[in-house]
Amino acid sequence: MVCRDGTAAVPSVGVNRQKDPLIMIEARNLTKRYGDKTAVDDLTFTVRPGIVTGFLGPNGAGKSTTMRLILGLDAPTSGTVTVAGKPYREHARPLRTVGALLEARAIHTSRSAYNHLRALAATHGIARSRVDDVVEMVGLQDVARKRAGGFSLGMGQRLGIASALLADPETLLLDEPVNGLDPEGIRWIRDLLKSLAAEGRTVFVSSHLMSEMALTAEHVIVVGRGRLIADMPMAQLIAGASADTVVVVSPDAAALGRALAADGVVVTGLDATTLEVAGLTAAQVGDRARDLRFSIHGLAPKQASLEEAFMEMTRDEVEYHAETPTPGRAA
Amino acid sequence: MSTATSTETGTATGTATAERDRPGAGDAVRVEPVTQARVVVSEWVKLRSLRSTGFTLLAAVTAMVGIGWIICSATASRWSRMPPGRLAEFNPVDTSLAGFHLAQLAVGVLGVLLVTGEYATGMIRATFGAAPRRLPVLWAKTGLYAAVTFVLLLVAALAAFLGGQQFLGTHGTTLSADGAVRAVIGVAGYLTLIGMFAVALGFLIRSTAGGIATLFGLLLVAPGLGELLPSDWQPHILPYLPGNAGEAMFAVHPGAGSLSAGAGLAVLVTWVVVALAAAAVLLARRDA
Repeated sequence: MVCRDGTAAVPSVGVNRQKDPLIMIEARNLTKRYGDKTAVDDLTFTVRPGIVTGFLGPNGAGKSTTMRLILGLDAPTSGTVTVAGKPYREHARPLRTVGALLEARAIHTSRSAYNHLRALAATHGIARSRVDDVVEMVGLQDVARKRAGGFSLGMGQRLGIASALLADPETLLLDEPVNGLDPEGIRWIRDLLKSLAAEGRTVFVSSHLMSEMALTAEHVIVVGRGRLIADMPMAQLIAGASADTVVVVSPDAAALGRALAADGVVVTGLDATTLEVAGLTAAQVGDRARDLRFSIHGLAPKQASLEEAFMEMTRDEVEYHAETPTPGRAA
Repeated sequence: MSTATSTETGTATGTATAERDRPGAGDAVRVEPVTQARVVVSEWVKLRSLRSTGFTLLAAVTAMVGIGWIICSATASRWSRMPPGRLAEFNPVDTSLAGFHLAQLAVGVLGVLLVTGEYATGMIRATFGAAPRRLPVLWAKTGLYAAVTFVLLLVAALAAFLGGQQFLGTHGTTLSADGAVRAVIGVAGYLTLIGMFAVALGFLIRSTAGGIATLFGLLLVAPGLGELLPSDWQPHILPYLPGNAGEAMFAVHPGAGSLSAGAGLAVLVTWVVVALAAAAVLLARRDA
């Protein structure tokens, strides 16, 4: 496990986890079945404070279920998950321990945003002035007295974030927070998450968008069909994921393709004159073509996008393919 | 981050939470432990901040008072034309409190909605996120709704009684009449217990349609169905239905074959306690 700069004091994961108060969320062999469907399958991971940890996976991978298990909303079939050393429900001030934004809105549609926050604040004896503060922090002051049911998706997300921040929590648990936000809102969330992490809090954010996570998260946990696929620093994931290819245009593409094909080299014909070559650099392709006297009209290295790398990584784990548009209850 | 565990070390002082040493915590937020009393305050904020609460309680009070008065004035104006059978059954106390038939439906619907509205909107996840032990939420909702219902409907029952006797004129009576005070307090108590039962049903069934259907089925349909049972079964079933047991506890002249007032109260309380106990067990075990 590579430690990021700035977190050098954090002991490597796996050593004496339970006694380390710095390690804020810890799941061990966490499993959740609904009937015969396994939503979360033997997940073991640790989320540390001081950095933003991304929780990545396609829809239906078990991200939301995992978050509900962390909050104790659902009980695990087996395994455990703790926050700051004990189950969420055993904390005296749960909202101080974890501030959560769950993907599905958790707001009574007939109540105003302000009263919603006041009701939550009352459970922890939090002053009204703090409610005003978080309303202002998320920019909802103009609509806070209106029915939450009339809110746009983006406003609902902002209200959810206000609820999460209400008790100034040590851990933030945010399920798809950028959903429905405009570009300005997305940028705001990114900056907010980074500054919360910089203050030493644990920030655990789920997303199905690799590109979004790449901009926000320092560490990433990838799941597919409820199983752990990767748990590593984001930089390492990006470096390992770059399965680069070379696009070659040649009037004699088919013959060139046959000539280039070898062990460790995969050639894909894109059309009659274009090939995509994996396993060789652009220079190697150009040199071989010259040696074999092929005419080359175009040669371009192509970097795999993060999104492609992510799709590659989780391809076998995607539960809902496009041709079966089953709405996933648990993302 | 030496104070990462400060949340659980502070007891009642609340100041333990102010000692975070991370940057930006100068304006530390004061956060107290979750207690039953704080959950009650939270539920009070919730109850007051939904318009449907006011409307439905107003409907219950209006039904209790209005129907009592209408029936009393109609009875007085048609006194001379009443058939002898009706006259023999007539009781001024029960007549003035007849509005409970409708009021119980309003009270029951709101009791179910207080819970199922949260499940339908997803609010329940925020509620249990803030009070993850869950049972304090059950007790707070039930207790608070019971208190509100009892106070409001006691006033309504008294108004229905006093106004109703005015409308009945010479056929009316006073609070000093036999069973009158028990009837007024008892009808408010009955409606309160129905409200508590409805809250428990809400937690048990979690859907508005299912909760209300179950409640109405027990209050309105079950007595009618019971009439179809073999007649030697009826005395073992009919008096123990929540509506009939409740009527026994407050009515001056309850229907034939009904329980005593004390037994009626005991039976209705048993319904409520069993429903609440089942709700508590399931609440602790089920996924939210």
